[in-house]
Amino acid sequence: MFVRGLKRKCFDGEEDIEGTLAGIKAVPSYNLQRQSLLDMSLVKLQLCHMLVEPNLCRSVLIANTVRQIQEEMTQDGTWQMINTQSTGQASLDRLVSTDILCRSSREQAEGKHVPGYSTFNKDFEGDQAQDSSETMSTVSSAQAPRNLQSNVWEMENPQENKGNFQKSLDQIFETLENKSPNSVEDLFSEVDNSYYDLDTMLTGMMSNTKMGHCDGLETFSSPTATASNSNCKSDLNELDHIVEILVES
Amino acid sequence: FLAGLGNFMQDVLWCFSQVKGTIDIGVAEADIISTVEFNHTGELLATGDKGGRVVIFQREQESKNQPHRRGEYNVYSTFQSHEPEFDYLKSLEIEEKINKIRWLPQQNAAYFLLSTNDKTVKLWKVSERDKRPEGYNLKDEDGRLRDPSMITMLRVPVLRPMDLMVEATPRRVFANAHTYHINSISVNSDYETYMSADDLRINLWNFEITNQSFNIVDIKPANMEELTEVITAAEFHPHHCNTFVYSSSKGTIRLCDMRTSALCDRHAKFFEEPEDPSNRSFFSEIISSISDVKFSHSGRYIMTRDYLTVKVWDLNMENRPIETYQVHDYLRSKLCSLYENDCIFDKFECVWNGSDSVIMTGSYNNFFRMFDRNTKRDVTLEASRENSKPRAILKPRKVCVGGKRRKDEISVDSLDFSKKILHTAWHPAENIIAVAATNNLYIFQDKVN
Repeated sequence: MFVRGLKRKCFDGEEDIEGTLAGIKAVPSYNLQRQSLLDMSLVKLQLCHMLVEPNLCRSVLIANTVRQIQEEMTQDGTWQMINTQSTGQASLDRLVSTDILCRSSREQAEGKHVPGYSTFNKDFEGDQAQDSSETMSTVSSAQAPRNLQSNVWEMENPQENKGNFQKSLDQIFETLENKSPNSVEDLFSEVDNSYYDLDTMLTGMMSNTKMGHCDGLETFSSPTATASNSNCKSDLNELDHIVEILVES
Repeated sequence: FLAGLGNFMQDVLWCFSQVKGTIDIGVAEADIISTVEFNHTGELLATGDKGGRVVIFQREQESKNQPHRRGEYNVYSTFQSHEPEFDYLKSLEIEEKINKIRWLPQQNAAYFLLSTNDKTVKLWKVSERDKRPEGYNLKDEDGRLRDPSMITMLRVPVLRPMDLMVEATPRRVFANAHTYHINSISVNSDYETYMSADDLRINLWNFEITNQSFNIVDIKPANMEELTEVITAAEFHPHHCNTFVYSSSKGTIRLCDMRTSALCDRHAKFFEEPEDPSNRSFFSEIISSISDVKFSHSGRYIMTRDYLTVKVWDLNMENRPIETYQVHDYLRSKLCSLYENDCIFDKFECVWNGSDSVIMTGSYNNFFRMFDRNTKRDVTLEASRENSKPRAILKPRKVCVGGKRRKDEISVDSLDFSKKILHTAWHPAENIIAVAATNNLYIFQDKVN
């Protein structure tokens, strides 16, 4: 489980943040926040149920959010700029597969500092009038590239990004249409199939746990995850169930 | 009977009446209640759960000995409505979770209800048996066949009383008509037909015919990549059997008239509120998605529930709702976190009281909210074991939004988002409400003076 001592702050917590990790009071840029939302959304779309058909309404809403972000990023040109915002990470890192996405999530859950998803502030919501006293102690400049790195499968280069992005959305909907977990693999044609093994489901569990980091809503724990659609904890039981069926047949 | 509801919020004190379900720390997923519905007289209260079971409670006759106690609801019948299935073609499980239960109006001694999971609707007959025939000629009382050659005289079997037995039998199974997940069923006012709605299509059924249904709405695009909107709920008009409404994930409601064409892809009315530009964010569309739509008993209004509000619409005005009620606006600044943990996709239902003067819906932390449409007052109540002493009056709850927290208030960050009240029901004629809190069913009544 995550280390309770690290008092991370979800961006939309209103509590006093004195005593949180010192030193870093930089507010992440809107672009970074938007990118994080995009990454989170894509992960949500990918983490489909293995056994039960994904909730179509939820998938459509997430996909629309992704499209919205993409349109905005295209309009203000940041879609092209993603690569140029590199903060010095080796280019080799950018060729990693979705495996890294999963692995990083797991590592993060094991107590390392978790950047990324929970790091929005109110400005992101378009509410400019807010007092920006709540700051993002957890998103330092050192963390930001890690966030980028952990989601690079779609960021190999800007042109490909667009293509991959569109391809991903299309494939997602084809997947929803076909409703077969096997066709979800098409989403990751460059990724090894280990995505669908136990590790992935554990990762799913881990990232659900990671979501619990958000202090702003500290009662998020497994019951919530259980009730949510991206329920990976029960996938373990369902995996047993699948094995049972396969063995019996 | 409802004449005194003019000053609802002042006059009505809600009291705990009963709670059904276990108090175990670990909740079995199968026991999570997924739908609650009173029948048309309020005599019966049905619940469906994730395990595919239906439990029906019946109200006891009020006793003259205890006039201060209204009739209590006790278990009348329990049966397994749906079983988990496996779709071998798609390698996917079909959940047995009961998504909706709808009662048919009672036409004889038996009760009928529709229950549905994601794919299959079933018509159940619930009937009582309190007599049994005795004195057969060809078999003895144990049921063993008698040797006909040993029978020397004939007798007429007679009906003798027996302990009351309530039987539930599936009378119709309406299957294989939905590719997508069924979210709504609605019985038509003609009592001969009903509709079932999934994410992209709505089908019209005749109760007598199970191998055929009419498709009356189809919003599936030719190319699934162009899919941007799904159907989220649908309901027939309470009096006009040709009229129904359906809501969408984009916050719109369409009213359709089945007399205009066989396929009601063109709406007769289109209800949508213009977006508030000052509140725009990446989550605007998601929170505008309508999770429930309900006609008022009068048929003049529809009520919709989206993530943060409940809205009342006049059927004669399409461009905006006539009333908007904030359910938990303090969550507006938390949308990102709620998106992250998927709570933003929770589908809350909403209900009218019998006179359409008060509306109710659920929230988090086992809170539920009531809004009086006349006085514009609202109250937040909690379904919890702590407030579960018999006839204990429920104390209004308040969420503190920042700044100083008063003694009895709860801060937004302390809310338990795993305790969500998605399903509630209001007795059709009296101030009795049923509130489903995960695996527990709470029944509250107003205080009898």
